Amino acid sequence: MWRRFARGAIAPLVAAVVAFIVASLAVLASGNDPLTAFRAMWQFIDSSESVILIINRAVPYYVAGVAVAIGFKMNLFNIGANGQYTLATLIAAWLGVKVVLPAPLHVTFILVVAITVGALWASIAGILKVTRGVNEVISTIMLNYIAIGITAFLVAEHFRNPDVVLIAETELLPPSARLPSLNPLFEAIGINFGGGAKLYGFLPFAILLGIGYHLMLNRSRFGYELRVSGNNPSAAVTAGINPKGMVLKAIILSGAVAGLIGMSALLADPQFYKYGDQFPKTLGFTGIAIALLGRNHPVGIAAAALVWATIERATQVLSRIGIPQEIGVILQGSFLLAAVIAYEVVQRRNEEATAREAAAAAAKQRGASDDEIAAVAAT
Amino acid sequence: MTIVDTPATTAEPAGPSFWSRVIRLATRKQTLLLYSLIGITSMSMARIISGNDDLTSAGTFGVMLRTATPIALCGLGGLWAERSGTVNIGLEGMMIMGTIFAGWWGWEYGPWAALAGGIVGGMLFGLLHGIATVTFGVNHIVSGFAINIMAPGLARFMANQLFTDAPGGSVTNSPGVDGAMGKFTMPFLSGGEFLGMSTPNPLKWIEDQGWFILSDLAGLFRGLTTAVSYDVIVAILMFVASAYIIWRTPFGLRLRSAGERPSAADSLGVSVYLTRYYGVVISGAMAGLGGAVLVLFSNRYQEGQTGGRGFLGLATLIVGNWRPAGVGAGALLFGYFQGITLRVQPEKLVRAVVLAAAIALVMAAGVAIWRRRWSMVPWSLALAAAGFLAYTMAERPNNQLVFITPYLVTLIVVSVGGQRLRPPAQEGIPWRKGSQL
Repeated sequence: MWRRFARGAIAPLVAAVVAFIVASLAVLASGNDPLTAFRAMWQFIDSSESVILIINRAVPYYVAGVAVAIGFKMNLFNIGANGQYTLATLIAAWLGVKVVLPAPLHVTFILVVAITVGALWASIAGILKVTRGVNEVISTIMLNYIAIGITAFLVAEHFRNPDVVLIAETELLPPSARLPSLNPLFEAIGINFGGGAKLYGFLPFAILLGIGYHLMLNRSRFGYELRVSGNNPSAAVTAGINPKGMVLKAIILSGAVAGLIGMSALLADPQFYKYGDQFPKTLGFTGIAIALLGRNHPVGIAAAALVWATIERATQVLSRIGIPQEIGVILQGSFLLAAVIAYEVVQRRNEEATAREAAAAAAKQRGASDDEIAAVAAT
Repeated sequence: MTIVDTPATTAEPAGPSFWSRVIRLATRKQTLLLYSLIGITSMSMARIISGNDDLTSAGTFGVMLRTATPIALCGLGGLWAERSGTVNIGLEGMMIMGTIFAGWWGWEYGPWAALAGGIVGGMLFGLLHGIATVTFGVNHIVSGFAINIMAPGLARFMANQLFTDAPGGSVTNSPGVDGAMGKFTMPFLSGGEFLGMSTPNPLKWIEDQGWFILSDLAGLFRGLTTAVSYDVIVAILMFVASAYIIWRTPFGLRLRSAGERPSAADSLGVSVYLTRYYGVVISGAMAGLGGAVLVLFSNRYQEGQTGGRGFLGLATLIVGNWRPAGVGAGALLFGYFQGITLRVQPEKLVRAVVLAAAIALVMAAGVAIWRRRWSMVPWSLALAAAGFLAYTMAERPNNQLVFITPYLVTLIVVSVGGQRLRPPAQEGIPWRKGSQL
């Protein structure tokens, strides 16, 4: 048992070592000392300000990771989170300005709009897959480009803030639609972060989302059907699960969660409170990496999101000391690739170990001698 | 049994009879011919009605060939990988590596080195995909995606190292390629030089007359034979060579068997691992070459230059039914729509294309009635009506919306087709030696 746990922890560790080796080589190739680089990175993130900024950055990654993971659980590759959330954020930002509501209702309204738009946009891919057999990888990628075009068109022509001439962006959300920073909450219980960093108010929503994802996956009938359909499609059909219905439901649910990816920036980031050209547009792609790293597990995704954000934050310091900042992307990419390989190897070892244990147990039951059992267990 | 039957039975071995095969081939070609005719007629009608001569001009078709080439090479790369059993979502990433290497070598050593650089860059990441999927058995889409995430980062790092100190270079683009690729124009047809002498240009003359169908065809052929860059010709040769190697050589048979039934191939002594490595490395080379063609088109490496062409290439693989000719045709279709967004006044062209599509749908409905496929008729007519309405309503389509047309067309084509397709049987399934698949 403990051996299996050790195997579970070993894969990310090996991947991290590989990633650091690759990144060190890249630093060396750029004519710098890897140790200087890593020391500077560590010193940079070792502050409460950095920790808050890392969490702020990780929250949308987490939401994106969960959105993608819902699809992955069923072997569906929702590459289209980018299109789903940009469209959802734009329409939510636009409608959010149009309505006048008290604060909690206003935020709820915007979230519901975003979820609905994300789900609707994703459902196109689902319907095409179910009725026309279109591979969701192709359809969601095409839908991404189409969504980018539509949002650019809408924000430039119809939803534009007339007071801003040079940039195409929506109007600022009113204060009732904004989520306050969590700093006062922590100060009330005696934790003072110091520094100027503000912890964004979307964090509790992300935590709730994670809990909801866990409950859906492991405690609900739908989650069971989702996992069965993903692990063994033919067994799912035998058990009476409608595969087409599951595909449609999974894509729509994935899109609904994807609709929330932009909400942290829209509702809680003082830099935005609006949708515009500056708004991040490729968080959905990051979500794929996060889901793969976190093995679609509610906590694993959180860890992956934090690692990803930490790397990004830490490498920001590098350009200041004359080392190319792109080391960060190399670190991320090689970590991801090494991790998926390591997971695969470990999983195969685990399966082999399970098979050996089962064979040994069967031999024991047969009443075989100890030598024979040892021989079975060793093969 | 009468005596007349005997020679027939001896002459014909098992399998479909010669005549049934001929008939089947003829009907297939007939369908192809019919749809080509519908296509060119509706384009010609739309050109005359909308008065937009650029719809079928040689210039437009020239750009089509140019924009189709990188997509086609990615599709061909996908073909090599998937025929050998590996799904390659990482084409986009391999193409990005192709662009950065092509930008680098092209700047240092000229355009032909750019092509070589593209191939090398793509192959490196093809090899990486092979290590992950073949040796370690990682899910093909997962590995491909990891490659797509890794490639832009590495490209940016390399650009930072290579180009930032060079004049005209920066993190996002390389200095210009040293020299230009030569161009070829067909003599006697499109006015190219023949042995140093200028020749007449009859196709241009026909095109200028504005004749129904004839001028459009002249525009098409002139576009395909005028000022064709050598890298495009290299790409066409790659198609011919790939079709020959995969379907006419022992190596190709082994490659396809690794994709259709690896355990059977293994039992006959084919090394499935090695074969799949070949497939995926060649796949990367093709995608990288596509990246090099892109670099030569804009004369330099630019960040984000690939713009999803790797995925468009995958889409051509699907609509092309995993065959080189189909991939090429699909790429030309997508290339046309991407090409028109690069012309002057793309919004007018898109409007004319909508008209052409509506006319084509009416004709397709006619064919459906003739063939008694009633279910198709209302759909075609409804879509055609929508097309006519859009044509009359939108006098000036919005520019941002115009740029989604290639992707929209891809999505529509993949949805409409895709019913009788046959991908390689075991593609995408990691295979271990000793497994029964």
